[in-house]
Amino acid sequence: MKAKNQRLTLALLALAAIVGAALLAASALRDQAAYFYTPADARRLGVEPGRSVRLGGMVEGGSIRRSPDGVTIAFTVTDGQATVPVSFRGIVPDLFKERSGVVAEGHFTPTGSFVADTILAKHDERYMPPQVAGAMHESDSLDTDAKVRAK
Amino acid sequence: MHAFANPARFLRIARPLTPWLGWSGALLVAVALGAGLTVTPPDYLQGESVRILYVHVPSAWLGMAGWSGIAVASLMQLVWRHPLAAIAARAVAAPGALFAAICLVTGSIWGRPTWGTWWEWDGRLTSMLVLFFLYLAYLALAAAEDDQGPGERRLSAIFGLTGAAILPVIHYSVLWWRSLHQRPSIGIKGSSIDGSILWPLPIALLGFTLLFAAIVLMRMRAALAHAKVEARLRRLAAA
Repeated sequence: MKAKNQRLTLALLALAAIVGAALLAASALRDQAAYFYTPADARRLGVEPGRSVRLGGMVEGGSIRRSPDGVTIAFTVTDGQATVPVSFRGIVPDLFKERSGVVAEGHFTPTGSFVADTILAKHDERYMPPQVAGAMHESDSLDTDAKVRAK
Repeated sequence: MHAFANPARFLRIARPLTPWLGWSGALLVAVALGAGLTVTPPDYLQGESVRILYVHVPSAWLGMAGWSGIAVASLMQLVWRHPLAAIAARAVAAPGALFAAICLVTGSIWGRPTWGTWWEWDGRLTSMLVLFFLYLAYLALAAAEDDQGPGERRLSAIFGLTGAAILPVIHYSVLWWRSLHQRPSIGIKGSSIDGSILWPLPIALLGFTLLFAAIVLMRMRAALAHAKVEARLRRLAAA
């Protein structure tokens, strides 16, 4: 084997080994590196009350209740399999609304509800102008619900 | 590629190519950003902040394409001992780091009104930050190696090749792990961005890429000129 070919084989083997190692590490991190728990995860894994965690999912349609004090809200997060009632005191991002993605940082209470310290809105990969969104509104929300169920 | 093993031949092509790449890139970027600021409609949820897309996506692409370039050049240096490979990899590193930084900054500015946070330790954001740090480490390593005088410069090539392991992690971070960052909008099956918002994006991608190529060629020419000066000075000192 010529020296050049030997170097090529060596370099490619080394590259394959390193990428393989990175992929293995990444797949081992799969659960730990998840940015949030879904309601179904939280129920399955039994996240202990009081521990700081993030809870993510869809804000259930028609579930947002605003308290008379103006800064406290309550809503339900769903992933299609399980739901968790969430309460939050503070200012929510503009994109926080019903039937759209949300990530709440906070902790579970012993009764299984969630107290959030921070609310983040999750944006999905769809971008469109307002006119198109208006026309698609009906099929859009159905689509989202179907997606949640598929997950 | 070995046709360019001779720096004189490379320079004969690179010299006239640089202004063409630079000016056509600048023109395309101006068209795309102008259209992105004035012609395209706002998004139904994000509003006007969607326009940052036309800078954020090309800089993310160039941040990752830059390191792919470093990895390919490093491979050519290690395997074929291509004389221009180390110079090319060094020329890519600084603009690559710049675009990775632009990607992080624009993403952060977009994240504040959209997500409600400047920064979160989510898989996509963290892996992109790691790429930016890899660029800084590469620049420091390459500079330290060059300080030792002309030599093999093998260490930075090995680092450039191994660092490529971050690229699939960045790409798949939003698919493997549940993340705050959305999944890719554009794939082989088409795009989930409406056509009226999407169209300036390919123009911006091409424009920024041409601009990047022009910067790389300029930096390679500067490095070759610098090496020539050094060699001449050494000869003078020896005489």
